[in-house]
Amino acid sequence: MGKTSSLRQVAVHGFLFVMAVAMILPFLWMISTSFKTPAEIFVLPPRWIPKDPTIENYRELFASIKFGRPFINTVIVASSITFFSLLVSSMAGYAFAKFRFKGRDKLFFLILATLMVPGQMTIIPVFLLLRQLGLLNTYAGLILPGVASAFNIFFMRQFIMSIPNELIEAAKIDGAKESFIYFCIILPLSKPALTTIAIFTFTGSWNSFLWPLIIAQDERMYTLPVAVSVLAGQYGENLGIQMAGSCIVIAPILVFFLFVQRYFIKGIALTGLKG
Amino acid sequence: MKTSWVWILTFVGPALILLMVFLIIPIFASFYLSFTDFNVFVMTDWSRAKFIGLQNFVELLKDELFWKALMNTFYCLVVAMPVTVVLSLTCAVLLNRKQTKFKNFFKVSFFLPFVTNTVAIAIVWSWILNPSYGLLNWFLSLFGVKGPNWLGDPKWAMPSVIMLVIWKAVGYNTILFLAGLQNIPDFLYEAAELDGASPWQRFWYITLPMLKPTTVFVTTMMIIGYLQLFEEPYMLTQGGPLNSTLSIVLYLYRQGFKFFKLGYASSIAVILFLMISALTLLRLKLAGRK
Repeated sequence: MGKTSSLRQVAVHGFLFVMAVAMILPFLWMISTSFKTPAEIFVLPPRWIPKDPTIENYRELFASIKFGRPFINTVIVASSITFFSLLVSSMAGYAFAKFRFKGRDKLFFLILATLMVPGQMTIIPVFLLLRQLGLLNTYAGLILPGVASAFNIFFMRQFIMSIPNELIEAAKIDGAKESFIYFCIILPLSKPALTTIAIFTFTGSWNSFLWPLIIAQDERMYTLPVAVSVLAGQYGENLGIQMAGSCIVIAPILVFFLFVQRYFIKGIALTGLKG
Repeated sequence: MKTSWVWILTFVGPALILLMVFLIIPIFASFYLSFTDFNVFVMTDWSRAKFIGLQNFVELLKDELFWKALMNTFYCLVVAMPVTVVLSLTCAVLLNRKQTKFKNFFKVSFFLPFVTNTVAIAIVWSWILNPSYGLLNWFLSLFGVKGPNWLGDPKWAMPSVIMLVIWKAVGYNTILFLAGLQNIPDFLYEAAELDGASPWQRFWYITLPMLKPTTVFVTTMMIIGYLQLFEEPYMLTQGGPLNSTLSIVLYLYRQGFKFFKLGYASSIAVILFLMISALTLLRLKLAGRK
């Protein structure tokens, strides 16, 4: 009995360990390669720790390829989308959860129905619209389509529903306006929900590719994923530069994730089950 | 007590305007565009786009490349889905055992690929798959196996894309399955154990049936995600070699934003939309029946 169960323990952990290695190895290889000199890059078996590490790849990435600009663009776009989406969807979520008005549930159902529409369905009309408005290659063009999120509204509404009506009624009796209730009661109490969608929205817009690829055709408006995809074409043979570029795109989100992974994993489980 | 219209408009207005402009109206516009010959020549003067009825769809049915894209996407789906389900369910079951150690380390490491930018990590993968300098073929050579030219061989290109797709998806689905597993009440297992059920029997007769709602959700969401395959083939192979990795969305992108045949591309979007809606309705029906 003791023997089979300890054998089982080894097998289980062995399997999980192999999976974990398969998941982590590409990252380690990327990081180590980004610090290598051209002479060392193609050495096999791979040296996981470079013999004479260099930051030349990163220097070139920022000095001659000007990766700073797409980096700043991505920070601006991802933070703005997150901020405005949080604001707009928590306001709408509050209204759909607690306001009483005619057609409320029908309207909410309409928004819910758009959840099953794939992004590719709207990209062509939105591209034409932004082009007509002269918003291609602008921050507004990159930000606005990302702010409207049916999922975030849905998620906020579900959460705010669980806030007791008594709290709101009591404030109203004291003469509080809706704006006061929203800022001083709803928002503070919605922190867990706001954190969850902030994390998802920020990560999603940082990693977004197809939309910025189409909306930002001017080099100065590239976001990081677009810039790194161009890098792969233009510096096809320069592996060190490509790995440094990939690191710059991946590292901030990875560090962010390691800090907030609890919320992240909890959020996935939550949204998944609600489905 | 009814809320006054001023407050309703203030709170719902911004969200509603954004959703109308960037989501709801574009959905209808997409349908309309799919019935027109909208192309690069009418870009400056929309009124010159002609209404051509179902012609785009008729052409699509005769378009060999579209069929190829459809088949490739199904190929990815049919291979990637079962593998992802089996791997992530296995990981979830193992992580759900009381005796398993280092749970958080495993969870976090499985999850890394999911939060990672697909474009950037695809570049890393394209070098790992490099036939002469790549990590994978070096690893295979340790066992005396000569690895193929992964991305350059039409036979191996799609399997390479699928590898990346699965690598990215396992962690996310493990978390979903794990959440489903934790909802199964312990007493069911305890009762079965008292009756002398083996671990396998417990898995087949308790875990799997109890997990059905999660499985329905996970698999349909997975199908919807895989049908939208784009970034992986765009970065790894640009749809090649010989269009062996051309996916539906990649073809949509090519027609729409390389050739600017926006009417034709819209008809591809409509077909994708119809497939996904059918799947969603099927899921809701299956979930409702449980």
